[in-house]
Amino acid sequence: MTTVSYTRAELLRTVRNRRFLIFAVGFPLVLFWVIAGPQSDQKNFNGTGVSVVLWYMTSMAAYGSMIAVMSGGARISLERQVGWTRQLRISPLKIRTYFTTKVGVAYVTSVSVMLLLYVSGFVLGVRLPAGRWLGMTGLILLGLVPFAALGILLGHLLKADTMGPALGGGVGLLALISGFWFPITSGVIHDIGQYLPSWWLVQASHVGVSGEAWPLLGWVVVIGWSVALTLGAARAYRRDTARQ
Amino acid sequence: MIALDGLVKTYATSAGPIEAVRGVNVTIAPGETVALLGPNGAGKSTTIDMLLGLQRPDAGTVTLFDRTPEAAISAGMVGAMLQTGSLIEDLSVGELVGMMASLYPDPMDVDAVLDLTGIGKIAGQRTQKLSGGQTQRVRFAVALVSNPELLVLDEPTAALDVQGRRDFWDTMREFASRGKTIVFATHYLEEADAYADRIVLMAQGQVVADGPTTEIKAMAGSRTIRATLPGAEVGELGELPGVLAAERHGETVILSCSDSDRAIRELLDAYPEVRDLEIAGAGLEQAFLQLTAS
Repeated sequence: MTTVSYTRAELLRTVRNRRFLIFAVGFPLVLFWVIAGPQSDQKNFNGTGVSVVLWYMTSMAAYGSMIAVMSGGARISLERQVGWTRQLRISPLKIRTYFTTKVGVAYVTSVSVMLLLYVSGFVLGVRLPAGRWLGMTGLILLGLVPFAALGILLGHLLKADTMGPALGGGVGLLALISGFWFPITSGVIHDIGQYLPSWWLVQASHVGVSGEAWPLLGWVVVIGWSVALTLGAARAYRRDTARQ
Repeated sequence: MIALDGLVKTYATSAGPIEAVRGVNVTIAPGETVALLGPNGAGKSTTIDMLLGLQRPDAGTVTLFDRTPEAAISAGMVGAMLQTGSLIEDLSVGELVGMMASLYPDPMDVDAVLDLTGIGKIAGQRTQKLSGGQTQRVRFAVALVSNPELLVLDEPTAALDVQGRRDFWDTMREFASRGKTIVFATHYLEEADAYADRIVLMAQGQVVADGPTTEIKAMAGSRTIRATLPGAEVGELGELPGVLAAERHGETVILSCSDSDRAIRELLDAYPEVRDLEIAGAGLEQAFLQLTAS
């Protein structure tokens, strides 16, 4: 009952937050149509074996999802700053419920962004077997775990007004290095990029083509970052509550 | 029963450690309305934070209804309105209060609370569109809707106008009449006097007086007489009718008085040579300082 009503309130707040929806949902959707639309006949994007449409469908889904899950942290930062977190701490709401709801709602937003982009991709000619749609979605959802944790970590380290630029700049830079805008197949950026979890969000598109999930490196990078950032977030939370 | 036992809290700051609370012992019986009175920096908010389990004391314990603060809060027995804090956005007033109600095992009826706190008319408004006074009422509604055994309020009327204050305390009286325990912090003697059964007076991190409201009011309402009076015995001055205590700084004497009119007549009779007379209302702040010094 508690969890249901709390989740309902958080969902309402997300849907009503127009600025957030523009950046997490509208922005990637428009970019997808603008970039992938004119090149929808290219079936092999820079020799990756992935079509342009599929590439941008995945990368823009990843882009919107990253913003969505990391914004969960921005919201925590704001609630901490205005003293709302203290109000909740003197209620029977479990801190675990507080965090799982924030992350859960972020994931709901992410899935919505993905669905919108999948529909757009389908319109532009992406046809995949059902199992591969699911496999790709599963990998992206998994690859978002480190970013959900990073959002919570930053939410405890940064003030609300620095969160916006940090998220915008951070996601923009990660997107560039991770090949969201064009495939990076060699060079320094490639060597750095593949150790970032965001790199593997886009690589999830390969499932659609070959049916193969990430190579070992992908799993190690995503799981490694997930563990490290979750521990970091837990530590930041404990330090923060002890200090208040 | 609520017991604060030997609470100590020190903050580390760049200017060195600050002893915010230095050994506070208070026991509150169920159904009491207690004012935590003191000037800014007296340690009221820190004490309240420890009472609510928001801060861990360096030493001492807090017991709320035979439990730890965390256990009492998990059981939904505590409601509080903290000194600072705004509301989360993108919810209507009604939705916010309703959501908070759903977190507690035995909440009050949401509509009844909205009416009681005078925000029934703005129930449909978004929380980010409220005035300061309206926000304060909503925060009060959030504290009340939990229907707690213990209601804690940290300077609850700070953002309210005169009418708002009056409405607020009317609601509080109603709530207290249900046998609930209320602890509120304030630096207004008048508020403590009008609405508390008992005043716990704090200064510099300690309880300097604890008793029925009338008693504390008499202490805080005292006046002081300063005068130049070389050679008089402090002990004898302290014995004068109307004088509570006397002290000497060089040629100056300072008399804390329970009845300054009487004290000054007696002083002039006994010491015709007295010069540079000054009478001052002690004021709350000064009364606190006197009480801590003694």
